[in-house]
Amino acid sequence: MSVSVPAASGPHEVEASDVHEQRALGFWLYLMGDAVIFALLFMTYAIMVGNTAAGPTGKALFNLNNTISETALLLISSTTFGFASIASREGDRRSVLGWLLITFILGAGFVTLEIREFTGLIARGAGPDRSGFLSAFFTLVGTHGTHVSVGLIWILILGGQVIAKGLTVSVASRLYRLGLFWHFLDIAWVGIFSVVYLPGLL
Amino acid sequence: MFGKLTLDALPLYSAIAAGGAAITVGGALLVMIVITWLRSWKYLWTEWFTSVDHKRIGVMYIVLALIMLLRGFVDAGMMRAQQAIALNSDGYLPPEHFDQIFSSHGTIMIFFVAMPFLTGLVNIAVPLQIGTRDVAFPFLNSLSLWFSVSGAALVMVSLVIGKFSTAGWTGYPPFSGIEYNAGVGVDYWIWALLISGVGTTLTGINFIVTIVKRRAPGMTLMRMTPFTWTALCTAILMAFAFPALTVACGLLALDRLLGMHFFTNAQGGNMMNYINLFWIWGHPEVYILILPAFGVFSEVVATFSRKRLFGYESLVYATAAIAILSFTVWLHHFFTMGSSANVNAFFGVTTMIIAVPTGVKVFNWLLTMYRGRITFHPSMLWTVGFVVTFVIGGMTGVLLAMPPADFLMHNTTFLVAHFHNMIIPGVLFGYFAGYMYWFPKAFGFKLNEAWGKAAFWFWITGFYLAFMPLYALGLMGMPRRMEHYNDPAWQPWLIAASVGAALILVGIICLVVQLAVSIRDRRAALDLTGDPWDGRTLEWATSSPPPAYNFAVLPEINDREPLLDMKQRGVVFKKPSGYQDIELPRNTAVGVVMGGLSFVLGFAMVWHIWWLAAVCGLAMWIALVVRASDDEAEYVLPASEVARLEEARYQAMATGGS
Repeated sequence: MSVSVPAASGPHEVEASDVHEQRALGFWLYLMGDAVIFALLFMTYAIMVGNTAAGPTGKALFNLNNTISETALLLISSTTFGFASIASREGDRRSVLGWLLITFILGAGFVTLEIREFTGLIARGAGPDRSGFLSAFFTLVGTHGTHVSVGLIWILILGGQVIAKGLTVSVASRLYRLGLFWHFLDIAWVGIFSVVYLPGLL
Repeated sequence: MFGKLTLDALPLYSAIAAGGAAITVGGALLVMIVITWLRSWKYLWTEWFTSVDHKRIGVMYIVLALIMLLRGFVDAGMMRAQQAIALNSDGYLPPEHFDQIFSSHGTIMIFFVAMPFLTGLVNIAVPLQIGTRDVAFPFLNSLSLWFSVSGAALVMVSLVIGKFSTAGWTGYPPFSGIEYNAGVGVDYWIWALLISGVGTTLTGINFIVTIVKRRAPGMTLMRMTPFTWTALCTAILMAFAFPALTVACGLLALDRLLGMHFFTNAQGGNMMNYINLFWIWGHPEVYILILPAFGVFSEVVATFSRKRLFGYESLVYATAAIAILSFTVWLHHFFTMGSSANVNAFFGVTTMIIAVPTGVKVFNWLLTMYRGRITFHPSMLWTVGFVVTFVIGGMTGVLLAMPPADFLMHNTTFLVAHFHNMIIPGVLFGYFAGYMYWFPKAFGFKLNEAWGKAAFWFWITGFYLAFMPLYALGLMGMPRRMEHYNDPAWQPWLIAASVGAALILVGIICLVVQLAVSIRDRRAALDLTGDPWDGRTLEWATSSPPPAYNFAVLPEINDREPLLDMKQRGVVFKKPSGYQDIELPRNTAVGVVMGGLSFVLGFAMVWHIWWLAAVCGLAMWIALVVRASDDEAEYVLPASEVARLEEARYQAMATGGS
């Protein structure tokens, strides 16, 4: 039951590593909040999936080949990002950059396929203003796609930092958080595949 | 070029609206002229607007809250005056204007009074109470502040350019949809909420990490102050409830901007989904507001009863239980929507259950006072007034928790009386108690007690007179939000309510006078020790106002009431044997600049000025990326400078400040 006034030896100063640990926790909390957003969009989609307003249903619109290609690109990009993380831990700058580049290409491919799907649907008169179902579809899938696009820009920025600053503690910790973000989007996509495309096609 | 914005947006449609706009613009100009005249722009910019110091950010939050309280109160007074005279007549406000006023009143009071007030108190007190030098993310803290300011500014601007929403503070579709509300009002409401909501989410994350990761050595979870506990639970609710508001408002914005059909009448829209989404955020929000007030009461009651808080652990568990249960009751806001009897019963039961931990807390406070040596400081008066009045509101709440009773009272003034009964004596009294309690910590001098007591008595009598009649009116069947009516039996009650609002106005004037008098007489009320109330917790161990680094040497904690413990062992306010260099976050303009950009972005989205919105959005991203890539956001305060600042404090303490 005492409070001591310690001499100024300062063993309790917040260390630099603690700062990155705090940022990691903060980022996990952000992802959990983002997960709430996705959960509510999934819920909204589930409520509205039948509200087609005499318009097209998922069965008429979804294309299995496209979806499988998207899924493959994104899942493989998650793996390649994993290799970038391992290289970052080993301090191998060149292979970090290489894996980031591959991840970027795969992610960009995913976004391209999604944009193609969206423009195709809109051209067929099945845009987000057609029915409640399509509003929910475009918003859920589009929110995910926007996240992936932000992730792509982030990969470019961090790639630039790896080139300019090297794998400093700060840059490595940013890569770690980008990795969390990227894998999180993968999980969200697995949800979209299972809740949106699979039941829509079956 | 300017989207939908034309000269017709000026509020020349009614003299009252034009007058409100003139007062807003005039007030803003007056403040700017005074600042220019005092040549204070540079000081404000370098010391305050760009500051990342949690104490200064806290003060700015509370300044925002108090300014917006005046605006929100003017709205309330206008509604009370209208209803007092509008028997078989149109009163003085046209329906369109009256609807804007009740919408802006609710929006302002919740988002731009209560939220910044509580965030300000948390900012000022929590880092000091847990013994840390700053929050985990000082820059995000600044960003959150300026997003809140930006949201508030959007609501204020709607007075001058265009109109505000007429859809109430909850913005229910389909009325808030583009089909029935084609103007810009709802868009102002949406963007004010979206922008300030992002700020609140970030605040939540910031304080979770701060409290979980940055406590002083020895400060275990069960040694944290009750206020810190409530701040932690509130931060968790902020981080996980606010995304639901973002979704609700975001989908509504998509309906309005891109013609989607989430909540429309036709094309497969489902407006009931909005109401669910809104209240999935909305009910936790109620506890976001009230929990910090509970925390303040717990601090105040222990300090001014000169006793350890009774049943600390039960209070902590009650707080956590409320935080969890707050996610399980949202449907009680719309029992009448048509869910099955079993669903309604479930949410009725959970609502009643949540009253239990709240009841536990009432006993915590009562039994702390029992056999205590009570000092009737104004903060203590707010606390006692709260306990009595809040119990009344709690009982009407349990009454409304029963679906069959709720069916009769839904959307009547009984409900209005109930939630004001929770929010004024509960939330607002708590914040006033905290304001008067921590003011000397933030500024180094105490507030005048006589004017504080006068403010309390006017507020509490005004509250009873303004809202007890609304309970009666609700039972008589008066719906809420009525612009005029034709039942003469209602009018006496409404006149009484307007007299109550006038008393509250006197209470507000007392608060203003209290501040002015206290600043004038500050030399007689200086707080030189940093411990004006003979406190028990850590924030009183450092000087008032605390230095940027809060604690020259981070304390080691071995007790739930660390300062009291220090005093008992006679080691309080002793000079340490030496100092060390301290690393502190650098001030940055990125927060205030991004806040300004977010305001222009919101304004551009409201008026469909797409190019401007794109420019602002891009500029915000660039600012964020530049800031996030900065590896040198800290500076080092050398030990010699720390020693100099500390020496000055000990000198002042020894000589009485002369």
